[in-house]
Amino acid sequence: MITAERKPLEEVKDLIGEARNVLVMGCGTCVTVCFAGGSREAAELVVSLRMATRLAGAPREITETTVQRQCEWEYLDEARADVEQADVIVSLACGIGVQAIAERFPDARVVPGVNTTFLGMPTEHGIWEERCAACGECILGITAGICPIARCAKSLLNGPCGGSEAGHCEVSPDTPCAWQLIHDRLQRLGVLDVLMQPQPPKNWKSSRDGGPRRIVRDDLRLAGEQE
Amino acid sequence: MTGTPLNIVAFCCEHCAYAAADLAGGLRMQYPPDVRIVQLPCTGRLDVLTVLQAFDEGVDGVMAAGCLPGNCHFLEGNLNARRRVTRIQGLLGEIGLEPGRVEMFNMSAAMAAEFVTAVTEMTERINEMGPSPLRVGGAGRGGD
Ligand code: SF4
Ligand code: SF4
Repeated sequence: MITAERKPLEEVKDLIGEARNVLVMGCGTCVTVCFAGGSREAAELVVSLRMATRLAGAPREITETTVQRQCEWEYLDEARADVEQADVIVSLACGIGVQAIAERFPDARVVPGVNTTFLGMPTEHGIWEERCAACGECILGITAGICPIARCAKSLLNGPCGGSEAGHCEVSPDTPCAWQLIHDRLQRLGVLDVLMQPQPPKNWKSSRDGGPRRIVRDDLRLAGEQE
Repeated sequence: MTGTPLNIVAFCCEHCAYAAADLAGGLRMQYPPDVRIVQLPCTGRLDVLTVLQAFDEGVDGVMAAGCLPGNCHFLEGNLNARRRVTRIQGLLGEIGLEPGRVEMFNMSAAMAAEFVTAVTEMTERINEMGPSPLRVGGAGRGGD
C-alpha cells in the first residue's frame, strides 16, 4: 500500500489560509488502511480544524466527504458538487489523489493534508515499513524476495557494505541490513551460491531517472479514446 | 466547589471505574457533581474521535477511568486507552486547548474512594483552567 502520515494541524491551517469554505476529502483505500486519510481521519481533522479556527476567532464552514479512491475519475466525480462549493479542498489522499483533484477540477484550490511517505506494509499494529521503491524492473527473483533497492540504505545490488553490523544497517540500529536478510534467506533456501554471480549495474531508466513514467495497454484502451 | 459548574465527561469501564462509582454512590460518598459518566465495556473502546467531538461540543474536560494495569478484563484495553489519551493530549495542544483537559485514571471496582479522589482531582484541575473557551459566551456548538 501507499503509506502517508498526517501533517501537523498548524501546517494545514497555514495551507487553508483565509478560505471560508473548507472541504476535507478523505480517500477510502490506501490511506484508510494506514490510518492517515480515511473517513475517520477526515472527521478528526474536521473537528480539530473547527475547534482551532473557532479558538482563533475565525470560524470556518468545514465539511467532509470521503470517496473510495481519489485517483480515479469515476469516484472523484461523485464529489463534484462538494468540490465546487468549497474555497479550498484539503485532500487526505496520497499525492496522486491531490493531483487528480487538481487535474479534474481546474478551478479548485487543493492542498495536501498528509505527507505521502512510502510503499510499504504494516509489520505490526501501528508500525509500517518500506518495502518497494517502484523502480520499474523488479529484481526480487534474484534477491530472495527481499528488496535491496527499497530496504538497503545505499540500494546496493552487490551487498552488504562494510557498515553492516550484527544484522543491522549502519544508518540505524532499528533498520535491519537488507543484505544480511538476503544472505540469510538465500542460505535458508540452500541457494547461497547465487551471490557468487555479481550483479551488473542496474539500468535506472525504468525508475524515476528516466523521467515521469507511463504505462500504455492498448488492449485495455477504448477504441473511442485511441490517439 | 467554587466557580462555574463544569461539564466533565468520565468514560468509565464497566468492570472497574463504573462499579467503583456505583459503590461510591452506595456508600453515600460525596464528590463534585460536575462529572457525567459514560459507561464503556472497556476503556479499550475509548475513541479519539468521540473525545474530540465532545470537546467540540463544549465539554470542559474528559477523563477515562479503567482497570489497574494488569487487571484489564480484556487484558490490555486499559493500556491501549492510555496511549490514546496521550495522543488526544497532543491533539488538544495542536488545537489550542490545554492538554491536561483529558486524563487517564486507573482503579479497581472496589476503589470507591479512589474514584472520588480522581473526580475531585480532575474537577479541581479543570476549575483552575476555567471552563472550555469553546463554550464561553455560547461559542460551544452543543447545548446539553
Ligand atoms: S488516491 Fe492515493 S491513497 Fe487514494 S486510492 Fe489512490 S493511490 Fe491510494
Ligand atoms: S549496512 Fe546493509 S542495508 Fe545498510 S547500506 Fe550497507 S548493505 Fe545496505
